[in-house]
Amino acid sequence: MRTQAMLSRQLSQRTAFGLLILATIIVVVPILFLILYIVINGAGTISWEFLTLPPSQAGKAGGIFPAIVGTFYLMVGTLLFSLPIGVLAGIYLTEYARDNWLTRLINMAILNLAGVPSIVYGLFGLGVFVLAFGFGLSLLAASLTLACQALAMTITTSREAILAVPREYKEGSLAIGATKWQTVRHIVLPQALPGIITGAILAMSRAAGETAPILVVGAAFLLPGLPQSPLDQFMALPYHLYTVAAHIPGISRSTMWGVALVLLVVVLSFNILATVIRLRARQRRV
Amino acid sequence: MKQAALATTAEASLEKVLRRRWRWGEKFIESGIFLNGLLAIVVLLGVLVLLLREGLPIFLYTSPWEFFLGTKWYPVSEPPTFGIMPFFVATLMVTMVATAIAVPIGVGCAAYLAEVAPARIRETVKPIIELLAGIPSVVMGFIGLMLLSPLVQSMFNLDTGLCGLTAAIMLSMMSLPIIVSVSEDALRAVPDEFKEAAYALGATQWETIRHVCIPAALSGIAAAVMLGVGRAIGETMTVLMVAGGALAVPYSPTEPMMPMTAAIASGIGNAVRGGLQYQALFAIGLILFIVTLSVNLIADRVLERQKRKFAR
Repeated sequence: MRTQAMLSRQLSQRTAFGLLILATIIVVVPILFLILYIVINGAGTISWEFLTLPPSQAGKAGGIFPAIVGTFYLMVGTLLFSLPIGVLAGIYLTEYARDNWLTRLINMAILNLAGVPSIVYGLFGLGVFVLAFGFGLSLLAASLTLACQALAMTITTSREAILAVPREYKEGSLAIGATKWQTVRHIVLPQALPGIITGAILAMSRAAGETAPILVVGAAFLLPGLPQSPLDQFMALPYHLYTVAAHIPGISRSTMWGVALVLLVVVLSFNILATVIRLRARQRRV
Repeated sequence: MKQAALATTAEASLEKVLRRRWRWGEKFIESGIFLNGLLAIVVLLGVLVLLLREGLPIFLYTSPWEFFLGTKWYPVSEPPTFGIMPFFVATLMVTMVATAIAVPIGVGCAAYLAEVAPARIRETVKPIIELLAGIPSVVMGFIGLMLLSPLVQSMFNLDTGLCGLTAAIMLSMMSLPIIVSVSEDALRAVPDEFKEAAYALGATQWETIRHVCIPAALSGIAAAVMLGVGRAIGETMTVLMVAGGALAVPYSPTEPMMPMTAAIASGIGNAVRGGLQYQALFAIGLILFIVTLSVNLIADRVLERQKRKFAR
């Protein structure tokens, strides 16, 4: 009797664990499958010409060079605007802010910034940077829009990185007479640098893959040349993929897979780089 | 003697000037830092103000009643009508189906990772799930377009595979990373004493998970689900590419439809600046903003409370 009850309990445990493992497999396998699928289907398209030539025949032939350059510009622009703000805000929240309503409000705002839908950032960019500031549909407006979106990421990662700096370091610096800013500048920031870089790389990776906002604030499908100034329109990889896949008839499938692969490689390599830097920094500290 | 005294006073006053200048520099830097600290609030408020300013005027033209409950979105006919019911129902449908798919799988995976999996498996699986979080939504949309939609079409015998269901399946995949990671954290936060007490009473590992860990972590898991829902509501590119884009109110997930985010993305390019359609699209943006904001705030509150419950 007793052993039978025990057996059935063990059986139900085994069934349950089987289901949990199944759930994990359902999560993991499609991820690996779709990455592999893109790599296999896209690899044949990738050639030196595909990466370095501008598109021709309305995107049906030629390469995607301007889209790669545009995405690179966007990544740099986003970083330029969001990183300094993120680092300074991170310093404020960790070193200067008191535990009061204002700080709680700032933290709440950061949390919610991360949850605002990307298309809403697009509307914001359109209303503020494109129209109100008069930047027009441009690289500048798009970079600023993506920077606003990246803000939550750069602030949080900087804050975490600064928080992880041992207190003794700061106390030592203050004890020998350094001012607070000197301490932050010469002790805290260098120590927090790997964490801050991780956040910066993640923000760039996000900017490279983001489509909905740039769809609204200035990405173009075909342009005669590369953007000459920040006020020019631009091509970008994610927008290019969207257009060739969903809008232009008669584009060969291999071209689409090729664009998808290039975009995926850019975004994921930056992601992996960020992870590696984070792990390195953690190992060094321990 | 006198000269030396003079020198010291000079030195002292010089030092005072330098220190004052230094203090001024420090003050300047500090106020700069403070202003940057405020920027998160400025941007969030800026988004809200802009959406209100550009979106609310639509209600001078069409009543909120017609706007929310109207089923006809004809922005360029004469006179134009702006009923967002089709988009609203589409968002609701896609989000619900996506959540129904993602929650059991995501929570199951989290329970496995937090309670059962050996460390080595956990260390391999977690980076893979993080990888998924990094895949751009346009790539997910592309995959939905190329791989999933033909599959859905033949499986359900539909006219087109570009429908709510296809979008929902892709969205469920995209909300998995956040559901898994937040649920796993919640399960991990359950104190070991709880589990040890259950084991001491003779419970098996599964009985402990089922009757102790999951109930104790329930509010955290609920927050994870909410964050997943917020993600699904706000996702744009995937639904724009695979949901089908039909303007009628959908009655089943297997119909083509146009969720709210897709409506904004596909309409804003043609909308005349400051025109009625432009205002209506900003009003949809306002609704999206308010909904995702509330979901996030509630999820945060729940997580905070859960954290306090186990903090000692």
